[in-house]
Amino acid sequence: MSQNPKHVLDHFNLFREPEYVEMFENKKKNFENPHPEDEVSRIIEWTKTEEYKELNFSRDSLTVNPAKACQPLGAVFLALGFENTLPFVHGSQGCVAYYRSHLSRHFKEPTSCVSSSMTEDAAVFGGLNNMIDGLANAYAMYKPKMIAVSTTCMAEVIGDDLNAFIKTSKEKGSVPEEYDVPFAHTPAFVGSHITGYDNALKGIMEHFWAKKERTENETINIVMGFDGYAVGNIRELKRVLKEMGIKAIILSDTSDVFDTPTDGTFRMYMGGTTLEEAREALNSKATLSFQEFNTPKSLEYAKTLGQKTMAFQYPIGVRATDRWLMALSELTGKEIPESIKLERGRLVDAVADSTSHIHGKKFALYGDPDQMLGLTEFLMELGAEPVHVLATNGGKDWEEKMNALFATSPFGTGCHAYPGRDLWHLRSLLFTEPVDFLIGNTYGKYLERDTGTPLLRIGFPIFDRHHHHRYPTVGYQGAMNVLVKILDKIFDEIDKNTNVPSKTDYSYDIIR
Amino acid sequence: MSNNIEEAKKIIEEVLSVYPEKTRKKREKHLNVFEEGKPDCGVKSNIKTVPGVMTIRGCAYAGSKGVVWGPIKDMIHISHGPVGCGQYSWAARRNYYIGTTGVDSFVTMQFTSDFQEKDIVFGGDKKLEKIIDEIEVLFPLNKGITIQSECPIGLIGDDIEAVSKKKSKEHNGKTIVPVRCEGFRGVSQSLGHHIANDTIRDWVFDKKTGKPIETTPYDVAIIGDYNIGGDAWSSRILLEEMGLRVVAQWSGDGSIEELINTPKVKLNVLHCYRSMNYISRHMEEKYGIPWVEYNFFGPSKIAESLRKIAAFFDDTIKENAEKVIAKYEALTKATIEKYKPRLADKTVMLFVGGLRPRHVIGAYEDLGMNVIGTGYEFGHNDDYQRTTHYVKDGTIIYDDVTGYEFEKFVEALKPDLVASGIKEKYVFQKMGYPFRQMHSWDYSGPYHGYDGFTIFARDMDMAINNPVWQMAKAPF
Ligand code: SF4
Ligand code: SF4
Repeated sequence: MSQNPKHVLDHFNLFREPEYVEMFENKKKNFENPHPEDEVSRIIEWTKTEEYKELNFSRDSLTVNPAKACQPLGAVFLALGFENTLPFVHGSQGCVAYYRSHLSRHFKEPTSCVSSSMTEDAAVFGGLNNMIDGLANAYAMYKPKMIAVSTTCMAEVIGDDLNAFIKTSKEKGSVPEEYDVPFAHTPAFVGSHITGYDNALKGIMEHFWAKKERTENETINIVMGFDGYAVGNIRELKRVLKEMGIKAIILSDTSDVFDTPTDGTFRMYMGGTTLEEAREALNSKATLSFQEFNTPKSLEYAKTLGQKTMAFQYPIGVRATDRWLMALSELTGKEIPESIKLERGRLVDAVADSTSHIHGKKFALYGDPDQMLGLTEFLMELGAEPVHVLATNGGKDWEEKMNALFATSPFGTGCHAYPGRDLWHLRSLLFTEPVDFLIGNTYGKYLERDTGTPLLRIGFPIFDRHHHHRYPTVGYQGAMNVLVKILDKIFDEIDKNTNVPSKTDYSYDIIR
Repeated sequence: MSNNIEEAKKIIEEVLSVYPEKTRKKREKHLNVFEEGKPDCGVKSNIKTVPGVMTIRGCAYAGSKGVVWGPIKDMIHISHGPVGCGQYSWAARRNYYIGTTGVDSFVTMQFTSDFQEKDIVFGGDKKLEKIIDEIEVLFPLNKGITIQSECPIGLIGDDIEAVSKKKSKEHNGKTIVPVRCEGFRGVSQSLGHHIANDTIRDWVFDKKTGKPIETTPYDVAIIGDYNIGGDAWSSRILLEEMGLRVVAQWSGDGSIEELINTPKVKLNVLHCYRSMNYISRHMEEKYGIPWVEYNFFGPSKIAESLRKIAAFFDDTIKENAEKVIAKYEALTKATIEKYKPRLADKTVMLFVGGLRPRHVIGAYEDLGMNVIGTGYEFGHNDDYQRTTHYVKDGTIIYDDVTGYEFEKFVEALKPDLVASGIKEKYVFQKMGYPFRQMHSWDYSGPYHGYDGFTIFARDMDMAINNPVWQMAKAPF
């Protein structure tokens, strides 16, 4: 017995005590009928081989450890960025419990969202009554200014018609006739969470913009897309816009709702794009997206109404930031102020100070398509080689863009994009063509454990490190944060590899 | 006391007044105040959730894949359907296990058929067949496969049973278990537990024989412990110390071999009654194995439970049980001495799943704390009956509580601690209430057994007496 209240042993120490270790061994030996140890070792080694990689890459039906989520998650995230808006997901309730948990585990914040709780009878008769009651209840309890509806698989498979259902609900008095209930069908068997974000945004645009007169003004709409760093990034964006004196509407501003204070009050709603702004945004001269693959339909829609549109690919780094700043400047006629130029200079300065440590380092990275484009460009700016770049929710067009990007730099030579692949594919790659570092979300830690490739956590979700979502990744400031993250990891690894006394510690330098 | 009851009833009335009439009537039946001497808690349960109310509940898939089947470590559990369900539940429940992940164990992996539109339109059976073949190539040491149905499967008319049979034959009688746990079935996780239990009966017990094991008169199986943060381990050690032989763990750190061998045990000891009473009853009926509910939260209930379990065996075991209790007395005493003065008379409001809304009450009471409100996400009437043995007169009871109700109850009763899940955690912390997650142990644990109780006590102290709560209000 080793437990002791004076020095409490947590799970990570408790179960290493001899009494537990012995218990585990006996359990395995006597009751689990385990595979022989040498057989297990043989298979472990086999999974590292070229042969295994080929088998692994030839599967076409099974997906193992994908790096993507489903549409409604993106729709819920998008909806939360509007003033006093309650996301309402029509379909079975289990999904909503999952979206809420998932977002809360990443942001360490509450995620408010309701479900129409459809069950077996709704599967047979359709979910109209669930919609009628659900809207009435949500409206009565939470007094939202807007309820944004999306769907789970269930509602999609049985073919519930949101437009008709919402109309009927209004006729039945669930919510007032004039009340804002934008909607989007978000079938989980098409695309991923970024598709859901796009569909939901388009739904809100259509709700506020369709059949309205458009009088163009000087405002710019900016869409950030699904982003685990929304809190930091949107605030950074707003700061830059202010410095430049640009009037902009951020379409879905999730920066406050996912960063509420602890002060004795729970704010179910906070900040967000106002409904007035959402309405007004029709008149803006342009809509800019920070994530092209995340917003195709929304941009297309804005374009058909006469707006200029433009898309970036999660711009991280020097040149990517240059491009959106210059685009903004050109669109608005506002100069990029000296202060921002200074920021740029400081970033380049930092890169110059540290680049020799990053130079030639090989990276594998995975995540959403635009984020991969952004990170890849930055890595190449730093002189690193983005050897394997994987997007489970990327397609052919993404692959082409990646290849074009690789071709712009000598550091892209021999680098590959992997659309539609998952983290089990990446595991093979990390064995057969190893790299120095891995960039990805929390699930990357399993790859780090299995392949020994040090993981740098950039992406979504990040469950096992705290608060990084508060720091931007875009803009010169964001690039600085990403640079420091990369450097810290590199230096930590060098130290870890040079700290054995009298063996390796001659290189355990105090100046680097 | 009766004053309290009147007051609590008034609070319930007030909270209900926000609802439209139809919903008020429905929700009214789920909220009540426990009165001493009543046979149950006076609430209705296991009923469909009212739409639109921010329920805390999940679905049948969560009950089957997330709870019952998912922790069986040497089998591969396919989340069958679109990508989401499996993605959000991927490794989220902290079912600890020992094994080489991806080689002979698979718990913290997400296997999905990642349905696309064409699978919905043309059906997914062909794809499922292919998936099983691919699993057999890439994960040759897997000892079986389960197919965890997501919502679309039951709606598009796929025949996963036929696929399972066919593929089992092709792969030398491999255990392949089709589970009809589509999320729209039932009203919560609960039906998923039941369905999963039934599939073990039909596709494991009735079809499989394992490697023969010698039996002893002291063989037991731990049923309904998911080894969250190692709970089943800090429980197993006590049973072994009292001389019992634990043949199987259901299902935390469990293996298919253990499931297969369970019908040979002398006694099933059941922790989470809600999620695994079904299979326990089945084994009683079919194999004549008695089962006994136990509670390993907090020293009072642990001692009571050890004696209760020992009573099924001979004097040696009974004596051993006393020895185990004595062995841990010093630890228990030191733990209580350290933490009780810091926690005495603090009040707690709970809202959790299966067994915890009642089972943890004893552990709080061992620390001098009082539970003043509790409720089940997916309890049934038999859970609320059992709860009467735990709660005090005047405890407020809320079944399938809505987010709104829970906030209002907490505002009215101002407990010193709220203990519930991830979806509730940040809401109450913002409000300035100390909080502990009671599904995942807030990434701590184990909480079961004597070793776990010390961690539990430390964690409750850490939450309640945390300096952060003194800072929540700005001094200006
Ligand atoms: S994949 Fe479908 S059933 Fe699963 S969480 Fe997403 S919407 Fe729900
Ligand atoms: S104790 Fe609760 S959370 Fe755990 S399995 Fe039982 S029902 Fe689920």
